[in-house]
Amino acid sequence: MNTKVSQPSPTTNLLEVKDLRVYYETPGGDILAVDSIDFELKEGETLGLVGESGCGKSTAAMGILQLVQPPGRIVSGEVRLQGKDLLTLSEGKMRQLRWSKLALIPQGAMNSLNPTMRIYRQIQDVILTHQTTGSDKLSADQIKNRILELLRMVGLPERIYQMYPHELSGGMKQRVCIAMAIALNPSLIIADESTSALDVVVQRVVAQTILRVKQMLGVSMIIIGHDMGLMAQIVDRIAVMYAGKIVEIAAVRDIFNNPSHPYTQLLIESIPSLKEQKPLKVTEGLTHDPRHPPPGCIFQLRCPIVTDQCRSIAPKAHLIRVEQSVACHAYENTDVARTV
Amino acid sequence: MTKPTRTSRTRDEDKLDTTTSPESAQLYDPDNQDLSQGRTSSLNRWDTPWFNWKLISGTAIVGIIVLIGIFGRFLWDTELVYVGKCPLNLPPVGFENSRGQTGTWSHPFGTENSGRDMLALTIIGAPNSLLVGFAAATIGIGIGILLGFISGFIGGLTDDLIRLLAGITITVPSLLVLIIIQSLVEQIGLFTMATLLAVFAWPGPALVIRGQVMSMRESGYVQMARLSGASPLRIMFGEIMPNLLPYLAASFIGSVSGSILAAVGLETLGLGPQRVPTLGGTLYFALEAAALLRNMWWWLGIPIFILSLIFMGLLLINLGLDEIANPRLRKATE
Amino acid sequence: MPTKIPMLLELSNATKIYQQRNGRTKQAVVALQDFNLKIAHQPAKIIAIAGESGSGKTTLANLILGFVQPTSGQVIYQGVQVSKISKKDQGVAEETEDISIANSKQMRDYRRNVQAIFQDPFGVYNPFYRIQHVFDLVIKNFGLSDNSDQARQLVESTLNAVGLRGHDVLRKYPHQLSGGQRQRIMMARAYLVRPKLIVADEPVSMIDASLRASILDVMLRLKEEAGISFLYITHDLSTAYQIGDQIYILYQGSVAEKGKVTKVIERPHHPYVKLLVDSVPLPDPAIRWKGEIDLPAEEEMRGSATSGCRFYPRCPVRIDRCLENQPDLYDVSDDHQAACYQI
Repeated sequence: MNTKVSQPSPTTNLLEVKDLRVYYETPGGDILAVDSIDFELKEGETLGLVGESGCGKSTAAMGILQLVQPPGRIVSGEVRLQGKDLLTLSEGKMRQLRWSKLALIPQGAMNSLNPTMRIYRQIQDVILTHQTTGSDKLSADQIKNRILELLRMVGLPERIYQMYPHELSGGMKQRVCIAMAIALNPSLIIADESTSALDVVVQRVVAQTILRVKQMLGVSMIIIGHDMGLMAQIVDRIAVMYAGKIVEIAAVRDIFNNPSHPYTQLLIESIPSLKEQKPLKVTEGLTHDPRHPPPGCIFQLRCPIVTDQCRSIAPKAHLIRVEQSVACHAYENTDVARTV
Repeated sequence: MTKPTRTSRTRDEDKLDTTTSPESAQLYDPDNQDLSQGRTSSLNRWDTPWFNWKLISGTAIVGIIVLIGIFGRFLWDTELVYVGKCPLNLPPVGFENSRGQTGTWSHPFGTENSGRDMLALTIIGAPNSLLVGFAAATIGIGIGILLGFISGFIGGLTDDLIRLLAGITITVPSLLVLIIIQSLVEQIGLFTMATLLAVFAWPGPALVIRGQVMSMRESGYVQMARLSGASPLRIMFGEIMPNLLPYLAASFIGSVSGSILAAVGLETLGLGPQRVPTLGGTLYFALEAAALLRNMWWWLGIPIFILSLIFMGLLLINLGLDEIANPRLRKATE
Repeated sequence: MPTKIPMLLELSNATKIYQQRNGRTKQAVVALQDFNLKIAHQPAKIIAIAGESGSGKTTLANLILGFVQPTSGQVIYQGVQVSKISKKDQGVAEETEDISIANSKQMRDYRRNVQAIFQDPFGVYNPFYRIQHVFDLVIKNFGLSDNSDQARQLVESTLNAVGLRGHDVLRKYPHQLSGGQRQRIMMARAYLVRPKLIVADEPVSMIDASLRASILDVMLRLKEEAGISFLYITHDLSTAYQIGDQIYILYQGSVAEKGKVTKVIERPHHPYVKLLVDSVPLPDPAIRWKGEIDLPAEEEMRGSATSGCRFYPRCPVRIDRCLENQPDLYDVSDDHQAACYQI
């Protein structure tokens, strides 16, 4: 039977990533930080990218924005933003796209604010550096109004305009970084661990700010993190990464209600509950040398249902229901999009 | 790509195939890497980083000069370094002086106008210059370590006093003071000169060490040592000092260079030790006798050349140590 | 008259006030106010101290470990006072009860029986030395063994208790191990001296969420199998709920609510604690946060430290009385108290 499930929704894909590989060169061999990932992001959608430290999620973000520094390098792949392959663009063209179409809130952004510059100047810098040339140039007054508008959008009082970063709390600094990211109205924002170092209540405020911004601007987002609870609250779809590969990608409800890949199941089980006390799920971290991954499935050393097939053949991504695909041999027979 | 070097200190666990140098582990998020299983080896302290070309070549150059000093005495008659022992004004081998005399193998580096043999001067003088530098740097760093640690660890009034002293010493023009002191003193020996130079060499290291100690004092491992009941002395020398070794080594070499330069400066002005042959002293006599006007280029040239070698060697050692201490300066493929 | 067995550790009205110079003005910041805590020898318990940054939980840890001294109040270990009050604070301190001050032997005993684990699994290791050094320091300074064979055995058994093997980790340098392993080694180090209490200051916040269980599991096992009590300081309510027996929730230096962990988390009474429990993101996409909360500008919140309830500026149920006096801890039920007038 030759059934092919087509994309049900008519909205176009803002971002298409195919076979992206980013490797780091080391004396002992290449570290396969991102080892062939594929995913799509629709317009207005929020995708959560989860995984342990070292799984390659931050590297993937850098790869999409072409900010990979040596000894890392993009080995292959396609990153299509609204149809155009970013990896074929020159650095100059890429720089024009960065911030105006694609913005990044990097990890630890709130600690990277320039301590000697007032807030308004830092946001101003972003606007002036990345605004496209010609008729789009804004006057000084327009820039000031824009900055005040941005501060309002992220819920910060106007007097922040004149302040220095050290006068602000962690949550406020993070919201300044969000303001910087939305300054030029990009189509895609990538937020890397934006709430990791924050207190619970502040985290909620920042997360809700992200949601509000998304609603107001209709911007698509990729949220990178390792806190599954937070992901459940703010994203539409989740891609689970392990050791450089995407092992499962599905709508957020499906990830939590039907976690299919053994690793996803492990992640869900290890979330400490606030509702009832139960025994802890103990699990180890990355168990193989990232320079010499085992042949076959990347997860074989930790998988509770590993078989011989897993040890020799790498699994393909199987679509087990609409918009849920799992890279695991166990689902070979339930693949809805099986092609002969 | 440099292969890691194995020495006799390798233990059984180290004989695994893939090696990890500290930087490659950093590249791929060390915080969640379980590299204990599988193929890695523990870092041998004599591994790749220390076999740095700059360090090796610099050490080689300085080493050769030291060897010349040690063994030269046995291979060449060092009595020739004194006045009147040789024919005057001979050029080096293969050259002709303005009087038409040619150099001979009995005085391969030539002689100067008081009858001193240049080779003998090199054999005795070069090591002496190194000696002054090392002695001054050792004393200077020694004082610097002591005061820097005390200042950084204890703080308070002691810290203020030491900083004041260091500040004054840095601000006072050292060469001027040294000139004044040495011109007042009749005879000066090598060791005395070294000590005087040390007086001006200690503040730099002391202040940097103080800064490092103050920041390391708050670090997690010092807190852990305190919780383990370690005494302040054990913390200073057991925990903090080892992490300062790369800095100390580089600072030491820098001090040696600086001291040699100061010493040569003083000697060239005629303020160096009179009885002991030194390279700077040779320069003094050469300038006094207007060597260049007499076309006796070897009299100035040879000491300057030797000194240049010394400084170059020390610089290479310093750069090499810097690279070892600061992994970011190493090339990515090393 | 039977002599009362003293508590293992007691904090009695411990207060810490820092004098901060803000430009030209001097500001008194109350890090911890009148904190009371009693930890008994038996049974071993995990006491969670939860709070956000600025709540005073780090100050509490520092007080117990002796890194800072209280401005007033006492830290009492097995009946003797181990804290000192500096001369300049003596005028301010209230009259203390007649508790003797610890002599040097008792201080050593205190140092040995109260160990610590910190948040940063990397900074606690001296990068110059191999892992072995961490254990050598402890063995040497506490005189645990003179015999090197015996010492090696001791270290090996301790490492096994945390799920590691000496052969795997002792010869390595800190950067060659994962964060989880490093924290477990720190646990082993603390366990080596067989202490009675371990102060764990945010031990898992720098570890990946999915890998925290292995560390917390070690804590549970040490409590159950070795009878060691823990003071688990954290800002993560979920893990506090999973492994804690008792919980104290701090807000800007004072206890907002305390008691049995299930009671406090499942039925919070203090408005701050209610807000906190509500704000923990539930891993269920069907249950999302209700309503947006507004956070008033952070500077205003610190200002009300001098009188009245600290939570006043943010409290949805505040009344005038709250501004006059800081509420005491009122009983909500058995082993459950909250500091609020509205319960």
